[in-house]
Formats: sequence, C-alpha cells, structure tokens
Amino acid sequence: MVQVVLIVVQLIMLLALAPFIVGVIRKVKARLQCRRGAGLFQPYADLAKLFRKQPVRSSTTSWIFAAAPYIVFASTVAAGLLMPVFLSHTPLNFAGNIIALVYLLALGTFFLILAGLDAGSAFGGMGSSREAIIATLAEPAMMLSILAIALTAGSTNLSTIVHQSALLEGVVLAPPAHLMALAAMFIVTLAETGRVPVDNPATHLELTMIHEAMLLEYSGRYLALMEWAAGIKLLVLLTLIVNVFAPWGIATSLAPAALATGTVVYVLKVAGLAVVIGVIESMFAKLRLFRVPELLGAAFILALLALVFFYTLRG
Amino acid sequence: MTVLFVGLLAIYMAGIIFPPCFPGRPRIQNLVAHGLAIGAGLVGTALGLAGLLAPEPWTASAESTIPFLSFAIRLDPLASFFVLTISVVGLAASIFALGYVTEFYGRSSLGAMGSLFNGFLLAMMLVVMADNGFFFLIVWELMSLLSYFLVVTEHEKAEVRYAGLFYFIMTHVGTACIILTFVIFSQEAGSFSFEDFRHPDQRLPDGLRSIAFFMALIGFGAKAGIVPLHVWLPYAHPAAPSHISALMSGVMIKTAVYALIRVYFDFLEGVFPWWWGFTVLSIGALSALLGVMYALMEHDLKSLLAFHSVENIGIILLGIGAGMIFHTYGLHELAALGLLAGLYHTINHATFKALLFLGAGAVQFATHTRDIEEYGGVLRRMPWTGLFFLIGAVSIAALPPTNGFVSEWLVFQSLFLSVQLPTLFLKLMLPIAAAILALTGALALACFAKAFGMAFLAQPRSAHARKAVEVPVSMRIGMGILAGSCVVLGLAPMLVVPLLDRVTGPLTGVAISQKVLALDGWVVAPVTVEFSSISTPVLAGLLVGAGLLGLLIARWLGKGVPARYTRTWGCGLPLTPRMEYTATGFVQPIKQVFETVYQPTVKLEREFLEQSKYFIRHQRVEFHTEPLFETYLYRPVVRKLLALAERLRVIQVGSLHLYLTYIFVTLVLLLLWAG
Repeated sequence: MVQVVLIVVQLIMLLALAPFIVGVIRKVKARLQCRRGAGLFQPYADLAKLFRKQPVRSSTTSWIFAAAPYIVFASTVAAGLLMPVFLSHTPLNFAGNIIALVYLLALGTFFLILAGLDAGSAFGGMGSSREAIIATLAEPAMMLSILAIALTAGSTNLSTIVHQSALLEGVVLAPPAHLMALAAMFIVTLAETGRVPVDNPATHLELTMIHEAMLLEYSGRYLALMEWAAGIKLLVLLTLIVNVFAPWGIATSLAPAALATGTVVYVLKVAGLAVVIGVIESMFAKLRLFRVPELLGAAFILALLALVFFYTLRG
Repeated sequence: MTVLFVGLLAIYMAGIIFPPCFPGRPRIQNLVAHGLAIGAGLVGTALGLAGLLAPEPWTASAESTIPFLSFAIRLDPLASFFVLTISVVGLAASIFALGYVTEFYGRSSLGAMGSLFNGFLLAMMLVVMADNGFFFLIVWELMSLLSYFLVVTEHEKAEVRYAGLFYFIMTHVGTACIILTFVIFSQEAGSFSFEDFRHPDQRLPDGLRSIAFFMALIGFGAKAGIVPLHVWLPYAHPAAPSHISALMSGVMIKTAVYALIRVYFDFLEGVFPWWWGFTVLSIGALSALLGVMYALMEHDLKSLLAFHSVENIGIILLGIGAGMIFHTYGLHELAALGLLAGLYHTINHATFKALLFLGAGAVQFATHTRDIEEYGGVLRRMPWTGLFFLIGAVSIAALPPTNGFVSEWLVFQSLFLSVQLPTLFLKLMLPIAAAILALTGALALACFAKAFGMAFLAQPRSAHARKAVEVPVSMRIGMGILAGSCVVLGLAPMLVVPLLDRVTGPLTGVAISQKVLALDGWVVAPVTVEFSSISTPVLAGLLVGAGLLGLLIARWLGKGVPARYTRTWGCGLPLTPRMEYTATGFVQPIKQVFETVYQPTVKLEREFLEQSKYFIRHQRVEFHTEPLFETYLYRPVVRKLLALAERLRVIQVGSLHLYLTYIFVTLVLLLLWAG
C-alpha cells in the first residue's frame, strides 16, 4: 500500500513540477535580458489553455500522428517513475535500470521522429532528421557516463546507485571520474532536451529549429501533451543529474522528517540546475548543426575518461 | 520423438516430390507445396519443444557404405532450440507464401519453387540436427545450393544473376574453411563423428586448435555475414522472393551461429585463450556498427533489412564473445549469461527480421517497387501491414517493452559485468563494446524511423504507392504470427529464459535460470537483483497506464472536442509530395557526420543556357558512398586472381592430348610421392 502511495506521489510530483522548471528557465532568461518576463506559473496556464482548444489535424496524417503524443507522454512518464526522486528507494526500481530508462526515452524519440514525418511538410522532416542524428550521438555518451557512476556503486539500478552514494554523505570516491562523468551527462542533457547550444526552444526559425519543427503541425491537446512531455523529459534528466551525482539530502528512509527534507532539497536542487541552464542559454549562441557532433563527441570522450579514471584510481 | 522426426522428414519429402507433379497448374502447386510446409512447420515446432524439454538428447543414425559418413542425427537442447526457431519462422513464411507467390503465376515455375522451398527448409533442419562431420557438410552444402537456386528465381534480371554468383562464390569459400576445421578435428578424434569430436583421444597442440578456431570463424562467419565477409549478403538476400529472404535472413544465417556455438563450446569444450573470445567480441562490435551504418544509406527496403542482419549477427556475437571471455576466466555464470543473451537475440532476430522481410514483401506486392523513395502514405492504404511492420521496427530498434529490448538489454548486462574480469584491458574493452552497442542501437532507431516514416507515413510519392491496397489475408496471417511472437517473446521472458537455460546449461556447466529470473519470473535480473533488473510486463503496464492517464487528462480538460481536419501548411502553396523530406535527405546529417566511414561523393552536372551561365537549363546530382570493403579489400583480390588466371591460361590450350598428359604426369608424381 505504502508502495502504491509512493508511486502516485512521485507521479504527481513529476507531472506538477515539470511546467514549473520550464517557468524557472524562462524567468531567468527574461531577467538576464532585463525583461520582467511572465510569471513562474505561466506554463501551467499555457498547458490548460492548449488542452481546452480544439486541435487541428492535417488531412494527410495517419493514426501515428494522433497516437504519438500519448506514446511520447507515456514513455517519458514511465521513465520518470523508474528513478528515485525525493526518496532514494523508488518502489518501481525493480522494473527497469538505467538502460531501461534511456531506452524508454528513446521510444518517445522514435515516435516523435515519426510524428514529425507524418504531416508531410518539409519542416517536420527537417526536425526529424536532425533529431535522429543528435539522439544517435547523445546516447552512447549518456550510457558511458552513467556506467562510470554505476560501477562505483556496483549496480546499474538507479535506486541502488543513489542510495549507496547518499549513504556516503558527501564523500566522493573518485572525484575526477565523478566530475568528468557529470560534465558529460550535463552536455547530453542539454542535447537531449533541445536546449541551447544544441537547439533553441524559443525559436521557430526553419533553419535552426529541431524539436519545435517536429511539433509544428500539432495544436490543442496534442501539443499540450507534447509540450508537457518535453518538460517532464527535462525534469527527468535533471533529476538524474542531481540524484546520481549529488544525492546528498535525499530521504533514505520513510521517516516524515527525512521525506520532508528530501522533497525540499530536491526541489531546490532541480530549480538551481534550471537556473544554471537559464544562464547558459543566455550566455551562449546556438551551435551550427554540424558543430554539435564535436560537442557530443567531447561528452563521449569525457565519459570514457571517467571510466578509465575510475578503474585506474580504484585499481 | 521418433514419430515427430519421421513425420517431419516425410512431410518435407512429400513437399519436395509432389509440387512438380502438377505442371501448368500453379494454384495447386502453390497449395500443395506451402500446405505441406505449413504442416511440417507445426510438426517441427512440436519436435523442437519436445527436444528442449527432453531429459536426454535423442539420437538416431543410419550407416552408409561411404567411409567416414554416417547419417547420424542428434537432437540435444542446442539443436532443438534452432529446430524450433526454424519451424516457427518457416511456418509463418509458408502461410505468407500462399498469397505472396500468386505474383509468380505464369512467370516462374511454382513447382520448382515449392520443391526448392521445402528442400531448403529440410536442409536447414538437418544442418542443426546432423551429428557427423561428413553428413553435416553434405546438408550444409545442400542448404547453400538450394538457397542459391531460390535466390536466382528471377534469373532473367542481370542483377539477380550477379547476386547469385557472388553468393555462390562466398559461400563456397566458407565451406572450404569449414572442411579444413573438420579435418583438423578428425585428426584429433580419429573419425568424422561429432561424438568423437566431443571426446577426442588426444588434445591437439594449441597452434592447430587456433587454426581450427579461425577457420570456423571464417567459414561460418561467411554464412553469417560478419564484417568483412558480409559483402554478399546485401546482394543475395534481397534478390530472392520475400518469403525466401525472410528465411535466409531470419534463420539460414542463424545456422552459422549454431555451428559456431557447437564448435566453440561443444567440440573445443570451452577451453580456449581469452583472445579468442575477444576476437569474436571485436568482430561482433564491428559488424554491429558497420552493418547499421550501411543500412542507413540503403534506400532499397530489402537491402536495408539485409544490412541489418549484419548488425544483428554482430549483436549476437557480442553476447557469445562476452560469454567466451568469461568462460576463459572460469566465470561460468557470466559465460552462461552471455551465451543466453546471444541465443535470446538469435530467436528474437529470427522473428522480427522475418516479419520485416515479409512486411517488405507485402509492400512490394502492393506497389511493385522496393525503392523507399517511391513509397509514402502506405499506412493509410495498408493498415495491417503497416501495423505489423511497425511492431517489427520497434522490436529491431530494441525499444521497450519488445523482445529486441530484452535481449539487447541482456547483452548490455553481460558486457557491464566485465567488472569481475581480472585484467584492466578487458575491463575497459567490454564497456567500450557496450558504448558501440549503444551507438548501434541509436543508429538502428534512426534507420527504422527512416524506413517506417518514409515508406508508411505522409503522402504517396509515386503512382505505385497511391494505388497500393492491403494484401490478401494469408499474407497478413503470416505476418501476424511473427508479430505476435515478437510481443510474447518480449513480455514473457519468464517462459523463454528457462528454455534457453536448458541450452546453455550443458554447454557452460551451470544452470542460471533461477538466478536470472527473480520474483516468480516477473523480473529479469542477471545475475543478482542488486546489479540490474528489468520487468517488461511492468514496463508495458506503466506505458499503458501512463498513456491512459494522458488520455484521461486530455478528455477531462478538453471535453472531447473532435479534431478539425485541414491541409498541412505548405507556406502558401498547395502541399505536394515533392515538398516532403526524402530518405536521402533524412540521412544526410548522419552521412556528413560519419563521412570517414561513408566517404561520400557528390557528382553535379549542370547545363547552362547559352546566353548566360547564371541560368541553369538542366541539372543532375548524384550521391555516392564508397563501399569500403568492396573497394579496398575485394576488388584488389579479385583483380589479382584474374591476373593469375590469365597467366595460367598458358597451360590450357584446349588440346585433349595435352590434358591427358597432365593427368598422367600428376598420377606418376603422386605415386612417387606416396611410394
């Protein structure tokens, strides 16, 4: 029973927090541009409005187009349920390890790419094609960087990794490996969630957009689900970073005090990371598409070095 | 078992003999040939299951008058597993063929085709059941020859004849190597019986054993399509009719996997240095990565699928290679895990690759073209074929909760468990192999997003695709069986793992089923729950649940307003298929990023107006990628061989007397040497 409650709480938390994180990033960017910007809760209002609007569909599309938002939403939410959020022991830990999480996100990407192609406009195809190459290059780097940390904990199950590191209370076993893997993971997160310098979520310029291009034909509830799923994906990857690389403060037991601290610390950490992303988005320009492989290649090398360091430092 | 085996043999023999007995009546020939094949498929499935569950291997043999040859049959769990795989795929392909071969009425001889089809299936069955080296070579050769004849079914086309010749040569180079392997073993064992191979009188020196290892790797690798021996595969597999392609890519190349496991774990008893396993692992990684990379650049749907066979054989070898490495270091549970992962991927690949080939055949049946660029919008015209193809595509891209995901996940686990290996080199190399596998998986995803998206979505790009209609019901049933198998194999690892454990148990000496399955089989957790676990039924439940949640929220907030339909915005112009992204355009970024592998070239021809070079009258662009192995490995070798043959022509002047002299001289020399 407790397990079910925990799953539901985690689900609600992910669903509820995702638009807030998007709001934080937008607010930070606005402030850095000397604008007041919309309120932190604007994304909620946007989603509610989109859900109520009548969707418009292209007459050339198939059922894939209508099913894709639900599949993308479902795969992202399912991925989110596999990882620890505010409690180091997530009930669904047994259902999938880090590879399952990465591949669940890939399932969403697959249908997103198909959805982009279905309407038959050049923009969608352009977005899908670019998404395909970026997802391709990001995946190995992501896998290796998490593996480096997984080996420290002796497990690829996220809860075990997080629980083990949380119990160490701030001690990092192999700092260079840890930092390099963190850097790799951060770059991958920027790429996977369509952030500057890889993609710009605020643009609809056909020459540069990637994620937005695939969503171009969507409206109404379909768009709402896609936008929400994108927010959840960002939150999932940020949670992964804060909990795998800096799990300190996370609740390691079901004691109410620990749970309360765990939740507050988690929200603060994720919001903090969102501020960092906001700052990065304001500081850097978007890279040309064919410079992105260099960035992701660097992430891959960093992750590989993390692995080498892990073995050489620990013998 | 005896009844099942004899029944199987009898049905296939009937399937070989009867179809040609009704010349000029293709309908009856079709029904007889494929009806019998369906029956044999059912019997074979029963035989395979019975063999897997039997406590002891079942054997039978008939002696022959030829020395060393005996028709020995042995049905141990390893052989039974492959019998089962061949039967299930054979069954689906036969049902599909009932509708599919109507296309060949009046064009090709259905009698010959049906006969060859049954013979090919029987030969594959005997290959995995044979228990004598000579007998094995005979049925192996039979399998190669019959599949060659099936490949050249449409021999009036020049490219089909070329593909056939290429296949013919490569497969015989392979057979030569296999003969050498068996000769080495027979030196050790004193006979050609597999039973003696297993228990040799004396152990050979390491050098000879290594030669046997490499000869087996080359010989069977040529059939399996490992890089760099894969070059024939993308020509030959697509050239055959689609139900044959499904058998060739789905199961024939698996007989090579069978033989490799048989040789390395059974005959060599798993006693080998670590670098054997490492060689297999490296070849696996190379095949996986290059296979998928070349597949991405293919726009012929069936060639694309053929290249993916190279990729998946690579993934299977990654599992087997990891298993071999663990075996060398005495980590038997991990060895069993690697082998189990490889075998799981073997049956998974058999189902989804056969499904995809049948799907490609169905689309070709409806549109009469294999060029992806000419498809488009097929999903709305062929909803069932589209759905089945999508299931196959999601499975081969290893997305959860399908079968491809489970086996690829198991391969990942066996690579990650390298932490337990003693040397730093291997500890680092196996995770790198895992990273290559991750890259392969991501590229496969891109490739099938392309294949499905370009073929089935958006608007039709040609008149062929516009006129497509759904295929006959028998073809849909054939695809449906395989699609169902993909789903079951993915959602029920608790049924599959214990069966596979019966195969790997005798080979590695440990049973790991209890360790791999936790919580009554709902969780797959090699080898401990703490290290890693997945549960595909739960993942599927989560996906469905979360999808329903999204649906509910959308319903609740949106009050179920129906969508409005309108045309896609085409920047003010009416949207035409020419505005769509093409398959070539889709993979362009990938081509550019990995240009070292592809070495792309662009040929641009322009004709200008006479008045001004700023006005183009006519323009033609050609994209070309370099097939590295063909250009830098095969062509030089072929050129050298041809030059050598040219020299040797001196002794071939066409005079019969001279040739008789040669024979005489050779005979004398041989007698002198023997004396």
